[in-house]
Amino acid sequence: MSDTKSILLVGVGGQGTILASRILTKGLIGAGYDVKMSEIHGMSQRGGSVSTQVRFGEKVYSPIIGRGSADAIVAFEQMEALRYTDFLKPDGMMVINDYRQPSLAIMMGDAEYPPGIIEELSSKVRTVVFDAADVADSLGSLKVQNIVLLGALIRVIGLDNLDWESIISGEVPSKFKDMNLKAYNRGLELAS
Amino acid sequence: MKELLTGNEAVARGAYEYGISVAAAYPGTPSTEILENMALRPEIYAEWAPNEKVALEVALGAAFAGARSLAAMKHVGMNVAADPMFTSAYTGINGAFVIVTADDPGMHSSQDEQDNRYYAKFAKIPMLEPSDSRECKEFVGEAVSISERFDTPVILRLTTRISHSKSLVELGQREEVPIKPYRRNAPKYVTTPGNAKVLRVKLEDRLKRLKDYSENSPLNKIEWGDKKTGIITSGIAYQYAREAMGDNASYLKLGMTYPLPDDLVREFASQVDEVYVVEELEPYIEERLRMLGIKCHGKDLIPAVGELNPEIVAKGLLGREPETIKLETKPVARPPLLCPGCPHRGVFYALSAKDAVITGDIGCYTLGSQQPLSAMDTTICMGASVSNGHGFQKAFETHGIDKKVFSVIGDSTFFHSGMTGLLDIAYNKGGSTLIILDNRITAMTGQQENPGTGYTLKREPTFRADLAKICAALGIEKIREVNSLNLEQVEAAIDEAMDTKEPMVIIAKAPCALLKREKQPEGRSRIDTDTCMQCGMCLQLGCPVIYRDEDDNITIDENQCNGCTLCKQVCQFGAIETIM
Repeated sequence: MSDTKSILLVGVGGQGTILASRILTKGLIGAGYDVKMSEIHGMSQRGGSVSTQVRFGEKVYSPIIGRGSADAIVAFEQMEALRYTDFLKPDGMMVINDYRQPSLAIMMGDAEYPPGIIEELSSKVRTVVFDAADVADSLGSLKVQNIVLLGALIRVIGLDNLDWESIISGEVPSKFKDMNLKAYNRGLELAS
Repeated sequence: MKELLTGNEAVARGAYEYGISVAAAYPGTPSTEILENMALRPEIYAEWAPNEKVALEVALGAAFAGARSLAAMKHVGMNVAADPMFTSAYTGINGAFVIVTADDPGMHSSQDEQDNRYYAKFAKIPMLEPSDSRECKEFVGEAVSISERFDTPVILRLTTRISHSKSLVELGQREEVPIKPYRRNAPKYVTTPGNAKVLRVKLEDRLKRLKDYSENSPLNKIEWGDKKTGIITSGIAYQYAREAMGDNASYLKLGMTYPLPDDLVREFASQVDEVYVVEELEPYIEERLRMLGIKCHGKDLIPAVGELNPEIVAKGLLGREPETIKLETKPVARPPLLCPGCPHRGVFYALSAKDAVITGDIGCYTLGSQQPLSAMDTTICMGASVSNGHGFQKAFETHGIDKKVFSVIGDSTFFHSGMTGLLDIAYNKGGSTLIILDNRITAMTGQQENPGTGYTLKREPTFRADLAKICAALGIEKIREVNSLNLEQVEAAIDEAMDTKEPMVIIAKAPCALLKREKQPEGRSRIDTDTCMQCGMCLQLGCPVIYRDEDDNITIDENQCNGCTLCKQVCQFGAIETIM
């Protein structure tokens, strides 16, 4: 269906793409979209490469997409951005967290962390790149990295007309509400 | 009210709404969350059974008693539960009996890719295949209704993308169903050959009636579009086909795939120019079409291996390749790893130094087979480590080969089907050593309770099965209990085993590093770069938080370290310290 939009959230098991995708789907359902979402559980969670897919539109059939079909990808880690670029539409957008987490072969010294990922991606794809940890840290807690990335995604896919502030407020503990709202707004700005 | 639910959550919701009151399962990805969600309902008795055979028998017993019941399992779990399942097709039920199988195309978290639709045909049990979460909920209701109307168990077949993808579901009220009266009925429930011969004939008659039902069931429906292309499909493959073809095709969407509605299939095929069967894994539907003499495309265009997606289906049906962005830079693989502080790590580190055969089993610890630990020879199925090891040892012994054999199994897997293998070792005078990795939880499926944890699925405190006493009762005399995080203890026990000819069990105990309710190590490890000789011994542990930094210095990510101190224990130069 051509009016269906597809988003991929990719990262490393344990980075916590779950909250961001939960908030995203809540907002989309509230806006009256048909929504499907897919994630993988089990063995790949143990520090492996993970992806969550979110699709929305008037009527969504498949919960997953193939290559060349994502309107936007949010990569919580650089090398994972690289791994899933295949899934992006040629005119799609990518939000990339400027963060590198080596995998085992790299840690053992058997392989090199691929250099120049951001440079190559930015030369071929429309990208928004920032260090979410830096941003989150400046707001008071590393834990709001997700929300900064979510804010950037929302701007990138043009959904900033929905009332995300109240959705986020409903999903996070009340004492962290202000910090999360700041994180969301900072993400919006970074993608503008 | 509509809610975004996974297929598993929707099955649990359906079980709740349609009056199911007893459920049992053994955890297994991608099926685990069905029982976890059912257990949240006070109206439902739900339990983790030690294995799928027990779970199915418990649920079947409850169905005989007159309650609506459900058993859930992953695809390979159905192999374990197959014995009672086949006979349950003969006896039929009293209260409704729903058997859920969650298959894993693409093997995201499994050792094989079997297509359990063949079980329905093999066991002669009707089967339903939902294609999204809404259908997951509704098909539980259909399964209950078919089960009670035809006096049969019903299989509900899910796949990973059905179980773990979310879509919108309209919620309804629970239907409170009183238990049906039970009365002794030996000709129905006691399958002596004399009774079973009668039941066998009745079963064939039931299948005929089920086939008629399938012909007219709203679960099997035609969606007309362009009649040049006619697609016959089921489950998640329906969604992929719709995504790929839209209204440029007509669809026969099969929700009841055993018995298949032959007449409806013929009717549909006669009205379209070309018939395409789009199904994930094996040519289950296609084979039936070929038997009926219907010309069709199927596995000539759609791969039988691996998981499908809309791209693969579009390529098969239209020969269309997507446009993608080509990059020069290639990512390095990122396989899953044992977590930081995982208590399994030290045991595999110690084993990796030995010239021995190590038979493995199913769990997080299967990752002990990976580099740099590389300490595993085989992994087959739940419980196989124990009996495979015994087989290795007997073969070596028979042929005069002096080689030590270790079997490594987790606590939950030992309860599942390792105990019988250990009895075999004791009874038949084996000589292998079994290492039970007791991390006090069923870890890989996401921390489920088991008979060793002291809690039930409903979070009620219960007795805690004692591994050492069980092993002793099974006839093992040499049992050593060690702290998994104390490498000296682990190595001493393994050294002792190397010199032992009799059966031996080592119980390596320490809680899963993710298990919050148990006491975890305190502090974190740090490398003193001045003392560190860069020998790389600590890297041989394969710990995700120890790595060579950009200056090639070995470093520990203190934020992620859980302080297990294994790295400190292997360091020859005292370069690693614990900081609080």
